[in-house]
Amino acid sequence: MEKMKLVMIGNGMAGARTLEELLKLAPGLYEITVFGAESYANYNRILLSQVLSGEQTIRSIMLNDVDWYAEKGITLHLNKPVAKINRAHRTVQTADGEITGYDRLIIATGSTPIILPVPGNDLEGVISFRSIHDVDAMIEASAKFGHAVVIGGGLLGLEAAYGLLSRGMDVTVVHLAEWLMERQLDQAAGRMLQKSLEAKGIKFLLQKQTECILGEGRARAIRFTDGTEIPAELVVMAAGIRPNAALAEAAGIHCNRGIVVNDTMQTYDPRIYAVGECASHRGVSYGLVAPLFEMAKVCANHLAELGIGRYTGSAISTKLKVTGIDLFSAGDFNGGEHAEEIVMHDTASGIYKKLVIKDNKLVGSILYGNTVDGAWYFQLLREGRDIADIRDSLLLGQNHLGNTGHQGENRAAAMPDSMEVCGCNGVTKGCIVKAIKEKGLFTLNDVRKHTKASASCGSCTGLVEQILASTLGGAYTPTPVEKPVCACTDHTHAEVRMAIRKHKLLTIPEVISFMEWSTPDGCASCRPALNYYLISTWPHEAKDDPRSRHINERVHANIQKLGDYSVVPRMWGGVTTPEQLRRIADVADKHQIPAIKVTGGQRIALAGIKKEDLPKVWGDLGMPSGYAYGKSLRSVKTCVGNAFCRFGTQNTLGMGIDLEKAFWGMWAPHKVKLGISGCPRNCSEAAIKDIGVIGVESGWEIYVAGNGGTKTEVAQFFAKVKTQEEVMEHAAAFLELYRQEGYYMERTAQWTQRVGLDYAKKRVVEDESNRKTLHQQLMQALEARKDPWEEFAVKGVEQQEFKVLEILDEVPL
Amino acid sequence: MNRWIKLAALDEIPPLGARVIRSATADIAVFRTAKDDVYALRDACPHKGGPLSQGMVAGNEVTCPLHGMRICLSDGKAVAPDNGCVTTYPVKVENGIVYLRI
Repeated sequence: MEKMKLVMIGNGMAGARTLEELLKLAPGLYEITVFGAESYANYNRILLSQVLSGEQTIRSIMLNDVDWYAEKGITLHLNKPVAKINRAHRTVQTADGEITGYDRLIIATGSTPIILPVPGNDLEGVISFRSIHDVDAMIEASAKFGHAVVIGGGLLGLEAAYGLLSRGMDVTVVHLAEWLMERQLDQAAGRMLQKSLEAKGIKFLLQKQTECILGEGRARAIRFTDGTEIPAELVVMAAGIRPNAALAEAAGIHCNRGIVVNDTMQTYDPRIYAVGECASHRGVSYGLVAPLFEMAKVCANHLAELGIGRYTGSAISTKLKVTGIDLFSAGDFNGGEHAEEIVMHDTASGIYKKLVIKDNKLVGSILYGNTVDGAWYFQLLREGRDIADIRDSLLLGQNHLGNTGHQGENRAAAMPDSMEVCGCNGVTKGCIVKAIKEKGLFTLNDVRKHTKASASCGSCTGLVEQILASTLGGAYTPTPVEKPVCACTDHTHAEVRMAIRKHKLLTIPEVISFMEWSTPDGCASCRPALNYYLISTWPHEAKDDPRSRHINERVHANIQKLGDYSVVPRMWGGVTTPEQLRRIADVADKHQIPAIKVTGGQRIALAGIKKEDLPKVWGDLGMPSGYAYGKSLRSVKTCVGNAFCRFGTQNTLGMGIDLEKAFWGMWAPHKVKLGISGCPRNCSEAAIKDIGVIGVESGWEIYVAGNGGTKTEVAQFFAKVKTQEEVMEHAAAFLELYRQEGYYMERTAQWTQRVGLDYAKKRVVEDESNRKTLHQQLMQALEARKDPWEEFAVKGVEQQEFKVLEILDEVPL
Repeated sequence: MNRWIKLAALDEIPPLGARVIRSATADIAVFRTAKDDVYALRDACPHKGGPLSQGMVAGNEVTCPLHGMRICLSDGKAVAPDNGCVTTYPVKVENGIVYLRI
């Protein structure tokens, strides 16, 4: 089948971009012919001012050279303006009479500079600023003549003026309005701009209207309506542009200033498209590049017969490309009625910032002198984001926002990419930044999922959040303080705990259904939390669910990296006997246990046991489980105290054993460790335990909320008491309060940081009756506890758990 | 080999749990979901070889007990954004008896 013929009139940035996009989507769908009026292929017109100022060359601003068209099989005609479109025959005719047929036609004729209708506008030296040809003329003039006048103090005029100044000319800008760039700037910013440009050497004549250009053959001077004259051998008309719609209009295509197009960039004749400055979309003709590229994309999509693109208009922003001048303008800087303004104007340092807000949304912005946040403001503007929550710091910029909640320090931005952020998972800053950028991550949870950074111990969470903030800038939303339990629900831990208590929920399915979880059975994150909340809230009524326990807590042993297990029998207070040690040795021999290890909790671990062998090992040990695997009371570490130590002041061994015997088998939001020392030398490291008890001559000092793990926290002084009974009561009450109110996976340190140590003191130390109640509640909750190893090994419960289903010779891999 | 092996009654596999088949070449984990769907996967997490049979089952996923990678029971693939895959084996339940094809 013959290919459809696509003809494009005009070869500027919008047109060429349309072809690029089209070739990406549907290469080979069309036979393409392009007619360009200029003698150059496609160049970056925006950078013409920099070619003029000498900062760029024509070569460096070429976007698609002639070779590109050849490579893509596009027939390119340069210097061939099209004179006529014949819609009935579906042909175009060039000025020199060549006729080409089309199935689809793109009109991308751009715009024409407005030449003021004043006498003398046809003199030599009167030009516009639109093409490479104009730039050449300006450069040539600058070499021969001294005086240039630029008519028009808009973006284009100022860039032209600056370019001519750089070429050594004496430049005056004539402008009709009260201040420069009045369509992008308010008066304050316009005046600042004028001052900066004057400092560079450009002269300004504002509110001046040109009457005529004087000269014979070549321009010599310019005269204004007020009768004044200034010399001008070069006059650059930069008073605006007009969409180049004449060709379309002559062909009977509906035009209204520009060529009227719909949201798929089609004109009145659906075979004919218009893109770029020549088009008029919803009454607007754009003269900036970003909207043109958006149009190109949509047009290409439609031409490729995909039809899924729609152009709905663009918000536009402007930056002036004059070296040394930072200027940014976007949106509606006047705002109109009900608009509010936030303005910062520092005349001394030449900084001006104006934000226009309407209905809690940013609708316009002018930045002068410091435009680093321009992109961010523009993003807020385009997204129409509600800025009520960041309004206070909006004017201060994005960095300021990113720093909130991080104690004002931002280490993240200054860190080198190679620096390790997450020690647990070996994740560097570079890794995190790369994942954020490439995978489009926005939240802490996303980063955790993709990189594992802060997904383990969580101590680097703050840093990861900072990296997110510094990488994403304004797109970053800090994680709310109260996080949902997991991805299955929006409810927080506090809400779940409260609902379980208030509505007396007793099973996980009840909670999941009552609180409308999004998953049928929850997940490995929420199920253990729910199970804990249920059994700690309703200790005798809610039934423990082994299927909501991590394997360690389900089989009461620690899973090892190879899938076998370690077991740690309880040694009360870290005290053992020759008989116990002999038994451990015998068990190790009998079951060929590969490793025996003395633990940090003053007991002995037997590591490398197969799951099937666990009940037999436990049976032979005849010792209770040490719960070395659980979110529960682990060990009570002691020093020998006054029984042997010459410094010991109290019976620490007795105290440690009593506490351990009181609290063993106690489940908690996280693991709980106790330390009992007989003097302030603190041999049992009581200062980094959840509860540290230190004996002194006059009694006991109780410290709480210490942590020796992930994030070291020194335990804080809680109470000083005289007797062992008081220690017991205070410790029990503190633990029960933590058990009832702590969030799952929260150590006592984080819990007290959250609720405040004073709160715990009030409830436990200062309120004696509450202390006794809490003590009693804990003891009641522990009434029904059973040693799990005895249950498994002696009573034979859950035997199936430890049995292999089947043994086969071999299975295919 | 490609034959159906009779394994056990469905009741011998705990709901939201798994049982293990050991062999000289590899272990296979046989899972049972809350809806009584049964799946057989090689008992080795693609991440670091953890025994998936010991993980927590929720929906039709299992979470590896070692480092928490989630594996989809029906296709053996790691749940995005993680990458990885374990071998799955055909299973069927007939009259309350679980069969495995290897």
